[in-house]
Amino acid sequence: MRSPLRSLSRSLVALAVGLGALTACSASDEPAGDSLVLADPYEDDTLNPLMGFAEDGMSKIFDGLVTHDAQRKVVPALAAEAPKPSQDGLTWTVRLRSGVVFHDGSTFGPEDVVATYRTLLDPAAASPLASSYQMLKEVRQTGPDTVEFRLRHQYAPFPHKLVLGIVPSEKLTGGPLESSPLNTRPVGTGPYRLAEWRRGERLVLTANERYWGGAPAIKRVTVLFVPDDNTRAQRMRRGDFDGTVLPPALAGTFARRDGMTVHGHDSADYRGVMLPQKHPVTGDLAIRRALNFAVNREGMIKALLAGRGTPAYTPVPPALREYADPGAVFRFDPDEAARILDAGGWRTGPDGIRVKDGRQARFTLMYPAGDSVRKMLADAFASDAGRVGIKVDLAGLGWDAIEPRMDRDAVLMGGGTPLDPDLVAHGLLHSSRAEDGFNNPGSYRDEVVDKALERGRASLDPSERADAYRTMQRRLIENPPWVFLVFLEHTYVMRDGWSGYQPVVDPHVHGVLTWGPWWNLEKWRR
Amino acid sequence: MRLRALRRMALVRLAVAVPLLLAVSAVVFLLGAASPFDPIYQYYGTRIFTAAEADVARTREALGLDEPVWRQYLDWLHGAITGDWGISRTFGQPVAEVVAQRLPWTLLLAGAGLALAVLIALALGIITAWRPGGWVDRAVVAVAHSLEGLPTFLLGLGAIAAFAVALPLLPAGGVSDGTGQGGVAATLRHLALPALVLAVAQLPWLILTLRQQLLVSLADDHVTAARARGLPERTVVLRHGLPVALLPFVTTVGTRLPELVTGVVLVEEVFSWPGVAEAMVKAGLSVDYPLLVALTLLATAAVLAGNLLADMAVVLLDPRTVRR
Repeated sequence: MRSPLRSLSRSLVALAVGLGALTACSASDEPAGDSLVLADPYEDDTLNPLMGFAEDGMSKIFDGLVTHDAQRKVVPALAAEAPKPSQDGLTWTVRLRSGVVFHDGSTFGPEDVVATYRTLLDPAAASPLASSYQMLKEVRQTGPDTVEFRLRHQYAPFPHKLVLGIVPSEKLTGGPLESSPLNTRPVGTGPYRLAEWRRGERLVLTANERYWGGAPAIKRVTVLFVPDDNTRAQRMRRGDFDGTVLPPALAGTFARRDGMTVHGHDSADYRGVMLPQKHPVTGDLAIRRALNFAVNREGMIKALLAGRGTPAYTPVPPALREYADPGAVFRFDPDEAARILDAGGWRTGPDGIRVKDGRQARFTLMYPAGDSVRKMLADAFASDAGRVGIKVDLAGLGWDAIEPRMDRDAVLMGGGTPLDPDLVAHGLLHSSRAEDGFNNPGSYRDEVVDKALERGRASLDPSERADAYRTMQRRLIENPPWVFLVFLEHTYVMRDGWSGYQPVVDPHVHGVLTWGPWWNLEKWRR
Repeated sequence: MRLRALRRMALVRLAVAVPLLLAVSAVVFLLGAASPFDPIYQYYGTRIFTAAEADVARTREALGLDEPVWRQYLDWLHGAITGDWGISRTFGQPVAEVVAQRLPWTLLLAGAGLALAVLIALALGIITAWRPGGWVDRAVVAVAHSLEGLPTFLLGLGAIAAFAVALPLLPAGGVSDGTGQGGVAATLRHLALPALVLAVAQLPWLILTLRQQLLVSLADDHVTAARARGLPERTVVLRHGLPVALLPFVTTVGTRLPELVTGVVLVEEVFSWPGVAEAMVKAGLSVDYPLLVALTLLATAAVLAGNLLADMAVVLLDPRTVRR
């Protein structure tokens, strides 16, 4: 039996330790019920939307004029209503919400919208996002609560571009954005404000009690940066976090754990083999078609991705139901691949590699050396190609080394967004973007595809747009530009006890502070 | 007399330091130019995959990345002389701010590491020299010799494996607990392992030097005389033997400073310590000239100042060094 005196002295010690801890940290301890701890492998270099922070929206700190709902529909945020296009589609008018304040207490108004977008377009500011807004000519205030965007050409998906976070005009003083104080001390209108950012370690957000959409129930969000997958899994198991993103196989180990749930998100995040048209082998249509029949996409998903993924045949994900053409697919059929190669004049040579006009069916496939998923997919692709007599040499390189060779050598590339097919496909496949940086690096040119892409971005009629993108996908099966392999499924582990989770389709860029299971964190509660 | 000597020493060192720092900064720029990394990738991040060629070229121009190295160097030099150390691209904030935020953490780590190393070396050096050939002496000397050959990062990883994973006593990285609460106690717990690793990495040289010097000085005539007078052993060793041995020990601490700086780089990297050394690794990988140069100069200056302080300490401790 424990003596009362001893237990009293114990409680005194505990009290002293507790008081010591309380005085030691200046921040007040929030009750655990309204604070959330998440772990992210990636850390942004900057928190300035004009420098590219959360370019697809959902940033928690900032609001765009619009945002998206769980079905990826555009809904007004800092706009009072949906953006309205003019008759010719060249001007979009946005009426702004009133009574919104920034985290620093200043009032949100049209001058902030104008300043944000003008800085984006200012060459002296050197915003890395400028290329994504090439359609935008100018922006101006046209009334006490309206702004007008003038476009260079008709651009139907323009409302999706209005997710760009709005910053206060007083913080934009001209000059290069790289010296902007917003990079580390962001000021937005979003549901959360930045409380602390210790690089390489953690970022703390606290609720914006004056948020126009209502103060969030979760008052404190701590994001810990833990790059190593195994460390993250270990600490998740120990209960250090309420949630994190993990590779499929590691996430699977949590499936039968009490009090934890694994969520898989479909994504528009494709992986595929870009085939350069200038290479004499990959520039041959028979080779490109045969490769598309020769690769076992389902097998790759099962063997390499723990079953977490969807086969990809074009850059338009099946999740974009209104645009995806269910008929635009390749079946896994190595015999058909062999027939196509035979008909194309590629005969099997003495060493098993096919030959045409004295040239071997052989090319180099580059992949970013640090990316284990791309390396595995590249290995699997090379082995499937080898089975039909096409020899693929692999080269793991850094992007600096890959870029100058992209017009001649194949690359395992990735990307994609579920918001609109134009955002994915135009830069990738339109002939006008051939060899424009990383856009259409293989110089793919197809008149039918070009026409469909132009029709899709110019028309404001949803059914005509859907028709244009379906036409494009069918053409991409006849004249394949790449061998698209998979749309990855992103996997997350979450501790139970929180409500508000709503599944979404992720873009390429995902994680804790953007798209992902915590996209609507401001609506969560315990 | 002694004060004048100290001043002269400081002036001579300063005269050497200025051209040396200039040369170091120029070499950093030259090495950066030869590096295979392109800073534009750092600036764009994932945005590079959708950026248009023309926009990337314009950005290069706006950021001055297309200028020849010598031009970039002169621009930087001009700024540095006028007190503007430039903007760190890796961190998106002024270099002065990055250094101000991170230097305290590095000083804490390096200071704690150095203090631990000196204290442990003093204790073990005295014990081993006092009873040479005893089991403590043999054990310490053997361990010290084997530690000499062990790289610091291996020591760090070993310490993590032992004290953070196998025996989860101490945190494996960072400076505070996950939730950001815990205050000073949490910081001390996080400091323990990296500081200890840093200290242990420096220990062999310090212990062996002190032991050797003590062995020599304990054989000196004045120590024999002290023993003959029947003074207690404590007094003989600490008052008569140790002061003579301390002089070369202080010099050794000074010459070990460059090693301490490299040690800090490795230890900060292994333990994700948010100091300047960790920032240096990042700056190097993304050819962030302003930050890279500032941190290299800082490290060089720390070594120069450390050596100067050690030599000054020797002058203060031992008047004989002035009479040359």
